Amino acid sequence: MNWLKTRKNDVLLVAALLLLGGALALFLHVTKQDGGTLRVQVDGCTELELPLGEDARILLGEGGEFTNLLVIENGAARIAEASCPDQICVNHGAIRYAGESIVCLPHKLVVSVEGGAPGGVDAAAR
Amino acid sequence: MKASKVAQYGLIAALALVLSYLESLVPSLGVPGVKLGLPNIAIVFALYRLGWRDACIISLVRVFLVFLLFGNGAGLAYSLAGAALSLSLMGLLKKTGRFSSVGVSVAGGVAHNAGQILVAMALLETARLAWYLPVLWISGTVAGVLIGIVSGVLVERVPDQR
Repeated sequence: MNWLKTRKNDVLLVAALLLLGGALALFLHVTKQDGGTLRVQVDGCTELELPLGEDARILLGEGGEFTNLLVIENGAARIAEASCPDQICVNHGAIRYAGESIVCLPHKLVVSVEGGAPGGVDAAAR
Repeated sequence: MKASKVAQYGLIAALALVLSYLESLVPSLGVPGVKLGLPNIAIVFALYRLGWRDACIISLVRVFLVFLLFGNGAGLAYSLAGAALSLSLMGLLKKTGRFSSVGVSVAGGVAHNAGQILVAMALLETARLAWYLPVLWISGTVAGVLIGIVSGVLVERVPDQR
């Protein structure tokens, strides 16, 4: 069959891509650290910063058209309820490590975990 | 344009649309964006059977139809970026003549996911989505292999109607 002809290059390409993806995943896994604070951004602006260590239930965008119920439990954050149609943020798992995030595209909401370690741009800006 | 070609365009575009709908019924595995890329079967088929330009047109038609039928504004930007990057890379790889439909489709799958993440990063003004990259990278590769095999078989078996 014709489509089988150039398989060697395909195997090389797939192997290279998998290796690169694996290396990227490994790098992110090795460099991951427990997060200290949770940052809530709406449309690129930081709205809230919360400690991940304290349990909390906060209704984001209360009174408005776009609401997301943010729950912090046992050092991890998740979106428990949302008024968006796709519910992707609700189905997304809980986040606890620095750099992890939950995104709600329809509401332009990004909930992300910040590194616990001091330093970096944010610390300098404060 | 010959009538047979118009009919073939319509058929492939319709097939791509149906595959898009089918795919929307399959839940993503916890990570948004992880999907099989079923519509790409039709696009890769068009790429081999009709050529790059025609595949681009059919892909564009699919993206706009999906947007009109089930989509929203943000979704359109993601789809367009994914489709554009994917088709550019698939066209290039096919042109080198060194890859079969599997290699071409794998490159398309990974490029599609990368394009969507880049747009999401730009729209949300955040670099935090980099976390998704390895997941979507690997899932895109695996899905690309499957889609490439299916399209390869189709290009072989479906009689040329031109």
